[in-house]
Amino acid sequence: MKFLSVNRRMFALLAVIVPLLALLIYVALRSGPLAPISVTVTTVTNRSIAPVLFGIGTVAARYTYKIGPTYAGRVKRLDAHVGDRVKAGQVLGEMEPVDLDDRVRSQESAFKRAEATLREAEARQSFAQTQARRYEQLFAARATSEEIFTTKRQELQIADASQSAAREELARARSDQGALVAQRANLRLIAPVSGLVAARNADPGTTVVAGQSVVEVIDPASLWINVRFDQLRVSVLSAGLAVQIVLRSQDGRRFGGRVLRVEPIADAVTEEILAKVTFDALPKRLPPVGELAEVTVTLSALPALPVVPNASVQRVDGRLGVWLIEDDKPRFAPVKVGATDLDGLVQIISGLKAGQSVVVYSQRALGTRSRVKIVEQLDEVSP
Amino acid sequence: MISLAGRDILHAWGKFVFTGVGLGLLIGVTLTMAGVYRGMVDDAKVLLDNSGAELWVVQQGTLGPYAEPSSLYDDVYRTILGMPGVDRAANVTYLTMQVRQGERDVRAMVVGIVPGGPGEPGQPGYLIAGRQITRSHYEAVVDIVTGFKLGERIQIRRNHYTVVGLTRRMVSSGGDPMVFIPLRDAQEAQFLKDNDAIAQQRRRTAENPAFNRPVIPDLLDAVIASQSINPYINAVLVQVKPGFIPEDVAETIRRWKRLQVYTRVQMEDILIGKLIATAAKQIGMFLVILAIVSAAIVAFIIYTLTLGKIREIAVLKLIGTRNRTIAGMILQQALGLGIIGFVVGKIAATFWAPIFPKYVLLEPGDALLGFAGVLLICALASVLAIRAALKVDPAEAIGG
Repeated sequence: MKFLSVNRRMFALLAVIVPLLALLIYVALRSGPLAPISVTVTTVTNRSIAPVLFGIGTVAARYTYKIGPTYAGRVKRLDAHVGDRVKAGQVLGEMEPVDLDDRVRSQESAFKRAEATLREAEARQSFAQTQARRYEQLFAARATSEEIFTTKRQELQIADASQSAAREELARARSDQGALVAQRANLRLIAPVSGLVAARNADPGTTVVAGQSVVEVIDPASLWINVRFDQLRVSVLSAGLAVQIVLRSQDGRRFGGRVLRVEPIADAVTEEILAKVTFDALPKRLPPVGELAEVTVTLSALPALPVVPNASVQRVDGRLGVWLIEDDKPRFAPVKVGATDLDGLVQIISGLKAGQSVVVYSQRALGTRSRVKIVEQLDEVSP
Repeated sequence: MISLAGRDILHAWGKFVFTGVGLGLLIGVTLTMAGVYRGMVDDAKVLLDNSGAELWVVQQGTLGPYAEPSSLYDDVYRTILGMPGVDRAANVTYLTMQVRQGERDVRAMVVGIVPGGPGEPGQPGYLIAGRQITRSHYEAVVDIVTGFKLGERIQIRRNHYTVVGLTRRMVSSGGDPMVFIPLRDAQEAQFLKDNDAIAQQRRRTAENPAFNRPVIPDLLDAVIASQSINPYINAVLVQVKPGFIPEDVAETIRRWKRLQVYTRVQMEDILIGKLIATAAKQIGMFLVILAIVSAAIVAFIIYTLTLGKIREIAVLKLIGTRNRTIAGMILQQALGLGIIGFVVGKIAATFWAPIFPKYVLLEPGDALLGFAGVLLICALASVLAIRAALKVDPAEAIGG
């Protein structure tokens, strides 16, 4: 009876102690450095990848027309406002003419005076001509002296000269008037092309210097994107390549486009290459100039080579390589890396064959003597 | 031969086990505290490991980039690449800040790296999901501790980034998880003021008659543009060619480029000796006190357990049991209690360690040391109890 009771107690004690020990062994082997490292693996496959370039740019207008006066002056009126659509030849505003109108009127009077002078010269010439003809006939009939006849001929020549001087004076007055009118017209600010008013830099009453722009007009049809690509791996970038454009304001929508040109001068400070990209078709709602745009260039597919995810490529002791799983043991295989694409795939030029298993994700850094446990997905990553 | 200790334990096994469990929880706390200390040191070390660098080139006269601010021009790396023995060099920026995602924000160390491909210095090493950064803008690889998920959009200053990869154990020396973003974006994030501040600065510049001159219409734009650039980085990470000694390469750069260069050993000294020194000492002090308190409690428990059995011991003595047998019984019980306590403590510490917000590193070496310590303390404590037991007068068994 007593023996039984001791046995039952022993059993109860063991029931506590044994699970505790089991738990300790489990804990010691499943955590800390003795635990196997969970890894996920993938099989190397031969496939072709299309490398992709990614650049950031801003929307810019290809042509910006800065309209301003050619003389220093004051702005008299300005009808164009930012956002207005204007037509080629449309008057957008005018500069203050100051005394120009008065000078035009004064020139008109000078012109009329020259006309009058011409009429006077013409009257004199016509009279001199009549007189010369009469004395010629009288001289022929020996009814007058040769001296008087010569005097009349000289008077005619003087009248001819006076008339031609008066005609030229009239022409000068006309040209002077034309010049003043042209100057007057030049004070008007006229749109050289049809487009959109993008900026209005001065308001009526402002004094501006010669050449300073009062109104800026852009041609919305000429919008393009000034893109900057990191200099890494852009040797393949060339004009004509198809691109995809995402505007910051219209996230998620993709617009088609094309590389117009790659600038011959790169940015030495930011280590970027510049390119111009045009839209295939402009968005219905025009993007504002200066808006941020993401540009993705998909290049032609490369020949098939073994491909691994870029997460599997590691540098160990200064050598680039991947961890292979052979007989459930990791082995480091140095590789030579080729092209990559934006989805994180890397082509392996040498060092790997299709069908080999490589480690993609791992919980910790691996070593050749690490124990590994191959899992579908690492525990920490919730599905 | 009947084990006296075993018989006695069986006699009151519930009391014995529960005392052991209570003791175990206390030991668990001590082990965890050691883990917290180890975790702090380990955080500092993984920061260095993860950078993948052998040399850190920083601003002259600073302890940067982790312990002090350091700023270099971002084209310095080109001249460093030309130095003998330098294999690879990459710019890097570090900035601890709040990273927003939807409604919440997370304190994180934002690391700007050159998206130059796998294995470059500064790149996050082992991922646990997703992929490395491939675009030169607006992608992020984050540490799992941030709680961000693949494909989520996070906000750093005014730009949005897509999470494309997850890592683990990528933390700053303060234990903040890391968020890796492309260098250009990071430079911008470090420099970018909020939009209000920028607008105000523009207005201030525009109101300054020295910059806003009607005769030179483009001057204002030029001035504003020059205010809006940030060609700075915090450090250049350098990997040394095989066959070169890092210290030699560092010395050449120090001498000819007049920049401060730290090797791995020096960097570890800075991080552990300076950056986390006070915090580590604080934890260390706490650990020492906790260990002493635990030892005292273990001793008292064993002593009181023995005193509770004083009448039985008197009976044993009365029936002529040898002192050695009685001493053995007490010692065995004490050691048993210690073993149960250690097992419970180790299990408890392992289970609650991952719940801590910062990393807790339970090293097997520490555990073994703890085990030895517990047994030693139990043995010493039992000496006190044995003395008390041996002094008992057998007459007490009858009297009292």
